[in-house]
Amino acid sequence: MSKPSFVYVTYIESTPEKVWQALTEGTFTRRYWVNHRNASDWQVGSPWRHEDFDDASLVDIAGHVVESVPPHRLVLTWSLPQDVDKPDKNSRVTFDIEPYGGAVRLTVRHSDLEPGSAMLSGISRGWPLVLSSLKTLLETGEPLPGTSERMTRPPE
Amino acid sequence: MDAIFRALADASRRQLLDRLHANNGQSLGELCEGLAMTRQAVAKHLAILEGANLVASARRGREKLHYINPVPINEIAERWIGKYERHRLKALSELKRALEGSDE
Repeated sequence: MSKPSFVYVTYIESTPEKVWQALTEGTFTRRYWVNHRNASDWQVGSPWRHEDFDDASLVDIAGHVVESVPPHRLVLTWSLPQDVDKPDKNSRVTFDIEPYGGAVRLTVRHSDLEPGSAMLSGISRGWPLVLSSLKTLLETGEPLPGTSERMTRPPE
Repeated sequence: MDAIFRALADASRRQLLDRLHANNGQSLGELCEGLAMTRQAVAKHLAILEGANLVASARRGREKLHYINPVPINEIAERWIGKYERHRLKALSELKRALEGSDE
């Protein structure tokens, strides 16, 4: 694996089990991840899709499960749906969920992104917002404003 | 939050964040290049930034790479800016309802 393009860390007053659930269950993700579901059975080798909660035909990101150790570690390939079978277009996302005192340290690493790609610029804006909204949701019961609704995509 | 502001209240540390923002994932050696600071001073500033969770690190072999971590900055923005954004959105949805003539 090449060096990560991004490493994000957030400390959440929660448990590893709840953080895992919040990343893998649609009823949670829809609230802080702009009305999306991460759909998979989360078994190693299985496909996963980042799809609209209300219309599963709208898939923004797709890939495969590379590692799955609930509730501590999840590794996914990450690409546009049409690029799932093109290894050179696959980036990789690693979630590490570790107990930290009475809280949880969630580390997200995103590697193998194509330099200068729209994916790279998109995720560099997206992850901080998604992760701080996830933290806010787990700690207060409400996500950050504006992170629950599907965003209309700007023209390419 | 105090740790974040303390960490940001120093021009050298802001300069280190600028350098990571321009080129993410640098080793201590790379970050020291072209800076008028000793390696020891840079290491100390990085430790303070890491303590405030403004810098995250990843190991690659023997190297420790440093990454800017904007997640806490997002939380600061939300504390003082989010509220106004919420009001603006509420005002917009009220305007929309009024224009569409719906009672709901």
